[in-house]
Amino acid sequence: MSGALARLPDLLAAHVLLSAAALLLGLLISLPLAVAASRRPALARAALGLASLVQTIPALALLALFYPVLIALSGLVGGGIPALGFLPALLALTLYAVLPILRNAVTGLIGLDPALTEAADGVGMTAGQKLRLVQAPLAAPVAMAGIRTAAVWTIGAATLATTVGQPCLGDLIFAGLQTQDWTLVLTGCIASALLALITDALLGLVETGIRRRRALLAWIGVALIALGIGAATLPALTAAPVTQKTVVIGAKNFSEQFILARLIGLRLERAGYTVRYREGLGSAVIFRALAAGDIGIYVDYSGTLWTNEMKRRDVPPRAVMLAQLTGWAERQGIGMPGALGFENAYAIAVRGADARRLKLETLDDLVRVAPNMVLGGDLEFLERPEWAALKRAYPLRFRATRAFSPTFMYRALESGQADAISAFSSDGRIASMQLKILADPRGAVPGYDAVMLVSPQKAKDPALMAALAPLAAKIPVDLMREANYRVDRDADKQSPQDVARWLDGRIGR
Amino acid sequence: MEAAPPAIRFEAVTKAYGGIPAVEAVTLSIAPGSFVALVGTSGSGKSTLLKMVNRLVEPDAGAVFVEGEAVHAIAPPLLRRRIGYVFQGIGLFPHMTVAENIAIGLRLEGRAAGDRAVELLDLVDLPRDYAGRLPDALSGGQRQRVGVARALALEPRLMLMDEPFGALDPVTRDQLGNAYRALHERLGLTTVMVTHDMAEALLLADRVLVMQAGRIVADAGPHDLLTGKAGTAADALVAVPRDQAERLRLLAEGA
Repeated sequence: MSGALARLPDLLAAHVLLSAAALLLGLLISLPLAVAASRRPALARAALGLASLVQTIPALALLALFYPVLIALSGLVGGGIPALGFLPALLALTLYAVLPILRNAVTGLIGLDPALTEAADGVGMTAGQKLRLVQAPLAAPVAMAGIRTAAVWTIGAATLATTVGQPCLGDLIFAGLQTQDWTLVLTGCIASALLALITDALLGLVETGIRRRRALLAWIGVALIALGIGAATLPALTAAPVTQKTVVIGAKNFSEQFILARLIGLRLERAGYTVRYREGLGSAVIFRALAAGDIGIYVDYSGTLWTNEMKRRDVPPRAVMLAQLTGWAERQGIGMPGALGFENAYAIAVRGADARRLKLETLDDLVRVAPNMVLGGDLEFLERPEWAALKRAYPLRFRATRAFSPTFMYRALESGQADAISAFSSDGRIASMQLKILADPRGAVPGYDAVMLVSPQKAKDPALMAALAPLAAKIPVDLMREANYRVDRDADKQSPQDVARWLDGRIGR
Repeated sequence: MEAAPPAIRFEAVTKAYGGIPAVEAVTLSIAPGSFVALVGTSGSGKSTLLKMVNRLVEPDAGAVFVEGEAVHAIAPPLLRRRIGYVFQGIGLFPHMTVAENIAIGLRLEGRAAGDRAVELLDLVDLPRDYAGRLPDALSGGQRQRVGVARALALEPRLMLMDEPFGALDPVTRDQLGNAYRALHERLGLTTVMVTHDMAEALLLADRVLVMQAGRIVADAGPHDLLTGKAGTAADALVAVPRDQAERLRLLAEGA
């Protein structure tokens, strides 16, 4: 817990810098656009329409959309454009900030008393003088209100930058949500809310200063904001420089990934590397981030790579799949120091008592009793190819199927609202709730061996590969389940960092 | 003296808004030093004609000359700094003090304001300590005095006034009209004032132009207008204030 909270200052600083940069870029785009739009109604309609359209895209989707766009762009110019981290987050948040600034600035400019425009023309102002001496100062209070809205939105939406690998307060929120560590979630939320409130208050001070024509007040507000941004650059300035010995470890957004990332981190730190973490990356993004070198190492699952990256539809035995995957990775220059030894596969689990009573060992046995049972699936499962494959291999006809979020899925099984669930085979709750995983004798579901992947650049570092090699085949599924349970359990939760240390001790060097 | 060009010359100027004519082929000269009132009902085209002089409105056809120079050959900001402009909306900049408003023309030219604002406050009979106030703190009449001072700041020889006192109460209006007429004399200005009030036109101007549907339908001195020598359209407009004056006289006698 304290390990994660110790990151608060750094994450806060990164959050401030990201939001400030997006707001500034938003201002640079919106203000000239607003001036141009105030003179041409057609442009105003087009610009405001477009900005409103952008606003209707969920922020999470907007962030994710920039990833392929930047990859494509980088490909066009021959590489060099980072598709992960600061840049995509900045661009998405900037687009988000444009609408409120643009709308208010245009409203402020168009809403000016026509007599003032006539007077400005009448005394012989040029267009530039009119803007500088009359329009800008008089539209400023209305525009400032828009800037305040944009600032609050940007700070809020910046928490989502975690999903494209940009460190921010969202790291705490996402990690906390996944591990159900509510202290972490609240810390992230409160920090982000306080930041938004303070920023809004300072911008409000600037607005009041402009409205009441009290320059000093406005400058105090500006100075305090500048001070805050300045303070936020400190951690970046004092941070250890990025060197060859710095490794970025990626993780998807669930507990097992957090634990394994920290475990790998511990090993690398011991080998003399500086480690950074990028957690909460989406499944679709993380492999490309590795291939592009944005992250150095992460753990993925053979079946996921098999279908998503290798585009294979057949389901060979576990060992065959692993061998082919290794060959495929080598051809791309991606290092595979080995499988960790456990699988995290989709598996159908039933209550242990039911399994004994109904003599359920395999999915073939389940076919018999399924018509009297309710299947609970996580939100994704019922739409995934694995479920379709299962239904093809075994004529499963459940009385009903229901979708739950993962936490509630286990509760539903416990309370009898569901009789079988789509569990993950390495989930700690399988052991703690004494669930029975039903075997898949027909091999319908591909193997999901956890494998370490190393980016092409880092794979050339023999010392790094040597530091990772001892982890291969050292984590049997029971051990991983216990580790996951320590993080996921409701009471006496441990942080992924602590569990990684525990795991490190258990598996030996 | 023949060489001195007219202060303003309109040559066959025409302007239409969306196909509806506002000014139709007006040709007219205004002599330097004259005080001309442009009278007509709303929509008669008088404001449009006035604003073509400082290019707030561009004619569709024809040309306007100021002191012999074609206005379309002068960049609008430079042209406007040579011509004082006062209008009904006043348009004092609310974020600038009275002094800053008055001296705005000097600021646009990049010149130091010096004591000019104080001089102009004196000129329009406003207390000097108004210099530091914001326009919001002034009454309507005081604001328009500032408007006049602002228009005079760059010492123009020509003043264009579009219903300048139209929004003021009758007493203030009368005071301001007379005060301005005195300034006109003192500074040797040429003034063109648009008004819909024939009485105001007759009492202030040396020459009254009556506009109707985009054309000048009467052009005469106040005396000729009052004695019916300016045609029927003018007579109809003159009849109103004259009848009012007559009724007031009868009321006073009857009492």
